This record gives sequence, C-alpha cells and structure tokens, in this order.
Amino acid sequence: MDRFSWSNGLLEINETLVIQQRGVRLYDGDDKAKMDVGAVLLSTHRLIWRDVKNQECCISMPLSLIIFFEEQAAGIGKSAKIVIHLHPAAANKEPGPYQNSKYSYIKLSFKEHGQIEFYRRLTEEMTRRRWEEKPVSQTSPVGPQAGRTRAVGIVGIERKIEERRKETDKNISEAFEDLSKLMEKVSLVFTKWCFNQQAKEMVEVSRSIANKIKDKQGDISEDETIRFKSYLLSMGIANPVTRETHGSGTHYHLQLAKQLGDMLQAPLEERGGMMSLTEVYCLVNRARGMELLSPEDLVNACKMFESLKLPLRLRVFDSGVMVVQLQSHSEEEMIASALDSVTDKGSLTAEEFAKLLGLSVLLSKERLLLAEKMGHLCRDDSVEGLRFYPNLF
Amino acid sequence: MHRRGVGAGAIAKKKLAEAKYKERGNVLAEDQIVQMSKQLETFKSHLEEFASKHKQEIRKNPQFRVQFQEMCATIGVDPLASGKGFWSEMLGVGDFYYELGVQIVEVCLALKHRNGGLMTLDELHQRVLKGRGKFAQDVSQDDLLRALKKLKVMGSGFGMIPVGGSYLVQSVPAELNMDHTVVLQLAEKKGFVTVSEIRESLKWEKERACHVLDHLLKEGLAWLDAQAEGDAHYWLPALFSELSSRDITPEEENQMTP
Repeated sequence: MDRFSWSNGLLEINETLVIQQRGVRLYDGDDKAKMDVGAVLLSTHRLIWRDVKNQECCISMPLSLIIFFEEQAAGIGKSAKIVIHLHPAAANKEPGPYQNSKYSYIKLSFKEHGQIEFYRRLTEEMTRRRWEEKPVSQTSPVGPQAGRTRAVGIVGIERKIEERRKETDKNISEAFEDLSKLMEKVSLVFTKWCFNQQAKEMVEVSRSIANKIKDKQGDISEDETIRFKSYLLSMGIANPVTRETHGSGTHYHLQLAKQLGDMLQAPLEERGGMMSLTEVYCLVNRARGMELLSPEDLVNACKMFESLKLPLRLRVFDSGVMVVQLQSHSEEEMIASALDSVTDKGSLTAEEFAKLLGLSVLLSKERLLLAEKMGHLCRDDSVEGLRFYPNLF
Repeated sequence: MHRRGVGAGAIAKKKLAEAKYKERGNVLAEDQIVQMSKQLETFKSHLEEFASKHKQEIRKNPQFRVQFQEMCATIGVDPLASGKGFWSEMLGVGDFYYELGVQIVEVCLALKHRNGGLMTLDELHQRVLKGRGKFAQDVSQDDLLRALKKLKVMGSGFGMIPVGGSYLVQSVPAELNMDHTVVLQLAEKKGFVTVSEIRESLKWEKERACHVLDHLLKEGLAWLDAQAEGDAHYWLPALFSELSSRDITPEEENQMTP
C-alpha cells in the first residue's frame, strides 16, 4: 500500500476513465488497509481509489507499477478479490497514506461484485499500456532543427516497432495461455459431448420431421404433432411449424395460458384492463421465484388465449408494443375515456395522462395514439413534447 | 403393350401410385418419430450426467456460460428459448437469464424519466449489480446482452446501439434510425454535441442536423442547454458519468415494481 499517493482524483488531459466500481475494500498484502470501503476507478494511466463517505480521501497509483495480477475466488463470507503485485515505488513518489509496507502486493476486495468486468478491463489496459503513448505533437519539425529531430524520430520509430513486436509476442503467448486455461475449464468432456453425433443427428432428424409437417407430407396424427412439438421445445430448436393463432401449440403453453388467465385478472383490472407484456413478465416471474418463464414462453402462452376462449387477449400495437388486454375491456370505452380526460383538461401529454390514470407512460401513450387514429384527438408535436387535443375538425 | 398415355387408366394408375407414396411417407415419418424419442431418452441421460458434473461451473463461471452458449449456437439450439427446455431444467441456465431480464427491466423503468430510456451498458451493469446485492452471483456484460436479446421478443422496445466500443441500451420503443445512432456515437466522448460539431464531423447540412437533434429532444433523450458558450449544447443524460453515481430515489423505486 505504500505505492499509493494522495490525489485529487481529477483526470489528466490524455487520461480517460475506463471503469469504476464501488464497494471495494483495499488490502495491504493480506491485511485489511486502514481505509473504509470505497470506489475503485481504473483509468488509462492509473488505479485510483476514493473513500465513499469522505470524497476528499482519494489515492492513486500509476499502472506502470503493476507487474502482474490475478483473481482470487470468493469463499464463504469472503468477497472475490483481485491481487495486484507491484514494482517498488519511484524514489520521487508523492506522499500517500502509507510510508512503507512489508508487502509488495495489494488486494482489491469486491464487496458489491463487479470483479469480472474490472478484471477484464484491467487486463485490457495492461496490454494496451496507453499511459506510454505520447500525445500527438502539434507541429512537425521543419528547418535546420529537422535533421537532428528526424534522427531522434527514426530511433523512436524503431524502438516503437521493437516494442510492438515484443508486445505482440506477449499478446500471443498470453492469448494461448488464456485459451488453454479456458479449454481446461470447459473440459474436453463437454466439447466431445457437444459435438457428439447424437446431438447433431437429433437436430437434423427433428428438422426433417418439422419440414414434413410443414409441407404436409405424410399423415402425422395430431397427437404425434403435439408430442413432436414438445420435443422441439425441450431442445430449444426453433419450430418452423409455429402458427400465429396457436403459437407453439404445446401442452406446456396450454397450461401456462390457463394459469395466466387466472393470475392476471386482478392485476389487469387494477391497471385499467391492460398491461404491457414486459410488465406481465416481471409480475409473473417475481411471483414464481423459480422455474421462471422465458419471454418466448410468455408470448407463446398468450397466443393461445383466444383459442382457449379465455377472457384475455394478446395484442400488438403498430409500434410493436405487445400487451395483454382484458376482453371485457372494450376499445370504445378506452377511447371515450381518453377523449373525456383530454377534453376535461384541455390537452394532455402521455406523461400527464399516465399520472391521471395511474398507468405506465407507455400504455397511456398507446391509448392516446389509438384515440388519435380513430379521429377523436389530434396532436401537437413540438420539441416540448407530444401533446394531444380534442379533434374539433 | 399399350404405351403410357393420358386416359382414364393412366389417371387411375397415377392415383394409386400417389396413394402408395403417401403411405410410405407416413411410415417414414412415424419411424422417424419413434427413432427420435429413443434418441431423446439417450440424449437426456447424457445431459443429466453432464449436468451433475458441470452445473456449478456454468452457474459460477461467466466464461463457461459464453462458451456454452456458443456451442449451442453451433448445433442450432437455443438453450434460453423456453423455461421448459432441457437446458433450463437441468442446468438452471434459464432462471439465471430470465431473472436478469426482470432486473434489467426494473432498472430501466426506474431511470427512464431521467434519461429518456437510453443508458450505457456500463451504467446498467453497475446498477444491476447493486440491485442484486452482495450475496448474489456476479454477472458479466455478456450475460446482460444475452438477457437483453431475449427481452426483445416481447416487443418492449429493447435494443442495443453500438457506441464507442461498448453499447447504449435502449428500453423504450423510440424510433432511432442510422442518423440518430451516428449522432449518439459522436456525442459519446463529451456527453453532448452541437450543431456545428455535427456539420464538421459528419458533413451534414444544418437542416439534417437540427432534424435529428429535435427528434432526440422530443423523445426525451437529449436536453438542450441554450446558455452554453458558443453553440447550443445538446446533452445526452444516457452518457453522463456523474449522473450514474446518483442512487435511485425512493420515488423512482416505486416506478420499478409493475
């Protein structure tokens, strides 16, 4: 920890912020540092840390001091960490929180996660070494000076070429190292299994069956079709036989549609008879806790409402927004009430209408647009926003 | 021997031939389904074995998840298509991503009034991590991108705009065409953009630049600072980094639960 210097945390001219992460505690070697938890910031040039409570308390260290770093996995009651091994500080280092330290490494403890992304970015910055780049000079040297400057220039270029070559070598060997680590982790068993003939063959067979059904070759029974579709569903293979009216047509989605029919009655009534599909997705999955629905499951189930004669409908607006709507909720009523509200207030924006009805802005906008489409409202579209007025024409 | 030709006899023969082919087609398809259900069983048991060995790995290791996803894509299989799929049930991959989807929607809803429904992937990442709490599993940006791809299925206006090496996440169905995207990319460095900057860098006419900026204002994605020195500044809250450190207020939190 004696590599850090006090800092004001402001970035230099050519320095850019790469990533920041809060909830980080510093360690001097294996010991907790005397600071509290704060935020760590990675720039192109430095590693900066700032106390969350006392913003004045800010320290930084140049990235050039980093020799290497590694991840330390989380454990029970222990957050994940990144261990950073450091060169000794320069003799002319500015004073910092620690005069000296018996350790030549520090740790960053990620109490609120974010270590994956931070590690990735740190790796990137340590490879690119952007702090070594000299800012582009404004003018090119001309005249009698040129001779000498040019010589320096050529030597500089040669040096850069050599550095780049070394870096490329380093990058290549690092890449191979990473790849081999990855392969170990992924494990040869998985690779072999995945490309197992069986998996591929199955996919091919199921595709050919699906095509047969689509082209109506062969008289496959309704029952077998349903069974087959559920195979496709289990495998996660896109079903080319999907029909718009019935969605995927599997038993699973049938059950789901009925469940949704029960579950959504009350929430829909509370919200004026309409909810966006994303709202439904969040509501249902929050309630379930586990064995969650995928977005596709939800869409496929909702497509079955009509054929199951449930009192709900899936509806897609011109904008692409998808909603679930109570069947009892008539279109005319919605439009009439929209017109009433607008007339009452003189004019309304989607946000104002949303507040009035207690609806989401998205859905109130759709209602106003619908009323406009039917010719009851007209719009005033300006930079100040979209406002609707009763149509007096 | 009569030559084959048009005539009642030929037609009858043709029909018979067709009927036979049809039957054969039946048999073929049925066979295949039987074959397939057998293969499915074997496949399932392989997967169970794999799951018992590697389930933890998939849950804990984001690199593994990426690798897994890519391999599934190679075979032509989408492991996230359904919560009822093998993959979800046995490996628990589904729940991880579907829950992430819910968390993404909530964060975007809470902040929509501030940034018009546009924010950087970095900011989304930070906020989702914070919302998940200390004891939840870490998520990578790749995880977020996959969850976002799934959310698009519901027509909710989710999209990802490539900007400055990363992405801007769009969460409202605002129409953003190539012109808008290019201006957003231009604004990325400073968080704002001016008409003269657009004309200089993109070589557009004034009308085109103003048209794009007006649209961004209307959609709530840009704020106009007419009092700035020189040209009016059009700020994009999605790109503010100071703003991203401001916490979500209690009122905003109420917006989050549908």
